[in-house]
Amino acid sequence: MSVVTVQVGQCGNQVGQEFFSVLCNDSSNAKDKLYKDCSHERFFREGPSQDLTARAILIDMEPKVINQTIAKAAKSGKWRYGDKAHFCQKQGSGNNWANGFSVHGPKYEEVVRDLVRKEVEQCDRLTGIVTMMSLAGGTGSGMGTYITQCLRDAYPHTSILNHVTWPYNTGEVIVQNYNSVLTLSHLYQFSDAILVHENDAVHKICAQLMNIKHISFNDINKVITHHLGSVLQPVYTASSSHYSRNPIGEFMSSLVNHPEYKLLSIRNIPQMSSTSLAYSVFNWPGLLRHLRQMLIANAGMEEGIDWAVRAQSASKSDRGRPTRELGFNRSLANLLILRGKDVSSAETGGFKDPALYVPWLPVESAISSWSSSVPFNGYEKSATLVSNSQSLLRSLNSTVGKAWNMFASRAYTHQYMKFGISEEDFLDSFTVLEQVISSYSQL
Amino acid sequence: MEEGVVNEILQGPLRDVFDSTQLITDVSGSGNNWAVGHWTYGSTYRDQIVEQVRRAAEHCDCLQCFFLIHSMGGGTGSGLGTYVLKLLEEEFPEVYRIVTSVYPSAEDDVITSPYNSILAMRALTEHADCVLPVENQSLADIVNKIRHMSHSGKGGSIIKKDSTVISSQGGVSGVEKPFDAMNNIVANLLLNITSSARFEGSLNMDLNEIAMNLVPFPRLHYLVPSLTPLYTLADVNIPTRRLDQMFSDAFSKDHQLIRADPKHSLYLACALMVRGNVQVSDLRRNIERLRPTLPFVSWNQEGWKTGLCSVPPVGHTHALLALANNTCVRPTFTELRERFTKLYRKKAHLHHYLQVEGMEQACFTEALTSLSSLIEEYSQLDATKGVCMPEAPRLNIAT
Repeated sequence: MSVVTVQVGQCGNQVGQEFFSVLCNDSSNAKDKLYKDCSHERFFREGPSQDLTARAILIDMEPKVINQTIAKAAKSGKWRYGDKAHFCQKQGSGNNWANGFSVHGPKYEEVVRDLVRKEVEQCDRLTGIVTMMSLAGGTGSGMGTYITQCLRDAYPHTSILNHVTWPYNTGEVIVQNYNSVLTLSHLYQFSDAILVHENDAVHKICAQLMNIKHISFNDINKVITHHLGSVLQPVYTASSSHYSRNPIGEFMSSLVNHPEYKLLSIRNIPQMSSTSLAYSVFNWPGLLRHLRQMLIANAGMEEGIDWAVRAQSASKSDRGRPTRELGFNRSLANLLILRGKDVSSAETGGFKDPALYVPWLPVESAISSWSSSVPFNGYEKSATLVSNSQSLLRSLNSTVGKAWNMFASRAYTHQYMKFGISEEDFLDSFTVLEQVISSYSQL
Repeated sequence: MEEGVVNEILQGPLRDVFDSTQLITDVSGSGNNWAVGHWTYGSTYRDQIVEQVRRAAEHCDCLQCFFLIHSMGGGTGSGLGTYVLKLLEEEFPEVYRIVTSVYPSAEDDVITSPYNSILAMRALTEHADCVLPVENQSLADIVNKIRHMSHSGKGGSIIKKDSTVISSQGGVSGVEKPFDAMNNIVANLLLNITSSARFEGSLNMDLNEIAMNLVPFPRLHYLVPSLTPLYTLADVNIPTRRLDQMFSDAFSKDHQLIRADPKHSLYLACALMVRGNVQVSDLRRNIERLRPTLPFVSWNQEGWKTGLCSVPPVGHTHALLALANNTCVRPTFTELRERFTKLYRKKAHLHHYLQVEGMEQACFTEALTSLSSLIEEYSQLDATKGVCMPEAPRLNIAT
């Protein structure tokens, strides 16, 4: 029933630390003892004096972030990282995917496998591995990809969920498009699913919904981990009487029903600052109606939704011709997770509408619904939708386009060749992603 | 290669920071002659230099980068400096070499500085990973600007004492010497570039990341630095407007450390290293604001590398270092070439160089060719400025 988290690179470690913090706070505040115990068992090891140690491995190629992360966790007083659960080097990967993947990955493979193995051995039963990394840098993206490959080899029957952070459109790292292309194309071969958070989308949530004036990465990470926690905390799947024992496995089977489609996006409602929260009242019909339209109109948050967009069923004969209704986001599969008061009364029929989905899969297999009556992270009612849909198509297309344009001038390619990634490797990666783009476009 | 400067350091407050085994000096200097610095002293001290560098490197757990600091116009810094650069590449090929070069201004008092500079340029182009060119004239202009502000005290605003980019606030030396103010600027440049390596931050930017992101083609590695703010006003409240002003200033030609105007040339890449109490939203807002005013090359329209370090420099609440890989270095190089050609055509002072063992006429012609082809590469990129380049057609996937 345990999940091991592997945090790679600066972003991965910063998000990871915030993730465990959210989980710990949420379960500590939960009045339901079963929920609390299940959550603790899943994500933490409990010591003799009830101190919690996160089931996590921290990896980075330079020491500052890991030291900071470990210190921050310890300072909370509520949980900490294991003493020997981290691995770092001194020099960093220089934002170079090739350096992370072809040099650091193989070089430190043994050490990393060992660390993971030791953590896994401390689980009664391992039900899934979550990796956290960014696409833009060198360690998270390059080495993270290599590590995922190793984990796939070492644990062939365990579900691996790759959580990736998509960088800002206007650039954090100049070669971020190359790094993103290389990462996604490789992950596609051996990952079970790639769950994406886009910095731009999360930034908007912070600015418009949370009303934060000076948004820091800390704020961004709080939103991301709120989303993640709402998916991975204990929940009843199907109509069983106990919390799901295989959350990640069931996650995969609900959402990834075809190997060509692995990109997942996540939406959550409601989101607001804690001061506003105290004065707000929610009802399920309202929340679900907004969430459904957020899906259809591909909106990342509940403000600024285009209500004019409608779901339109594609007829079976349209398959093969890309249909582009104005702004409609077609789904392959959706997973709805409801938490809080009166969940049993929530009417989720709107998500079973065949018009939302592709015609070549039965609707029953396309929508799954989980629930828990325990309120999550301070929200009396909270609904999350994880989608395998065309949501990320525009961003993916844009990133691949920009990377291709840069590649056409062969700018920066000498930096990658220095570490063993050739032009051929680039072309292969582009081909894989063009295929993914094509597949999603034609839904 | 002469003892005066080094001795002064050894007698000053920094004497305990340096170890006598780390020093190599000679007596007579290079006479402002690149050939003497490069060939004569190079071959004489080669082994000793390699030995000392190796010894220093062995003390490091993980050696990432060499900083080479020198001037281009003289004999030792320029000649022996570039010799050492080549040496470092041979002996430590995997360690980055970042070079801070002080370029001579037009009014330089060393007559042969164009020769020395062009001869050194070739080594910089071929053996350095990154070069941060700095011009004395720009530094002097910045110093004057700050002094002027301090004395005039524009309408009620008073500059906070000792929080200017030229003060050695936080440093240890006592009496101020002639070039101190200008050198402080360069020191601050180096401090800002290494700040992410030394302090924590929410988005670290290491030295190898600078080399990776700012050098799209191996030879085009000349990065124009600019530092803002130049001074902090005594007013403690920093309104957002002032923060935004800091970003705008970084792109103005008055704040560049060489005489160049990046806004009117073509950006290949740009890095922003922010220190202090600045958040990612401030960074994003300013990038979005400034981006439309800056011409970027077609294949790198959003080419920004950003870093956030939590610790500001001493005396400031926040600071920004901008490094631009921009074609505005072309006029600087072209002008240098012209000064060179003026002398070379008349064969002025040439004999001083040619009589040095190891030096040949070919060294001059090759150096000139190297610089010309570098200028040509920048020109070709410049020609694409403003031209709407069609996007490369994407790969076609059979459906």
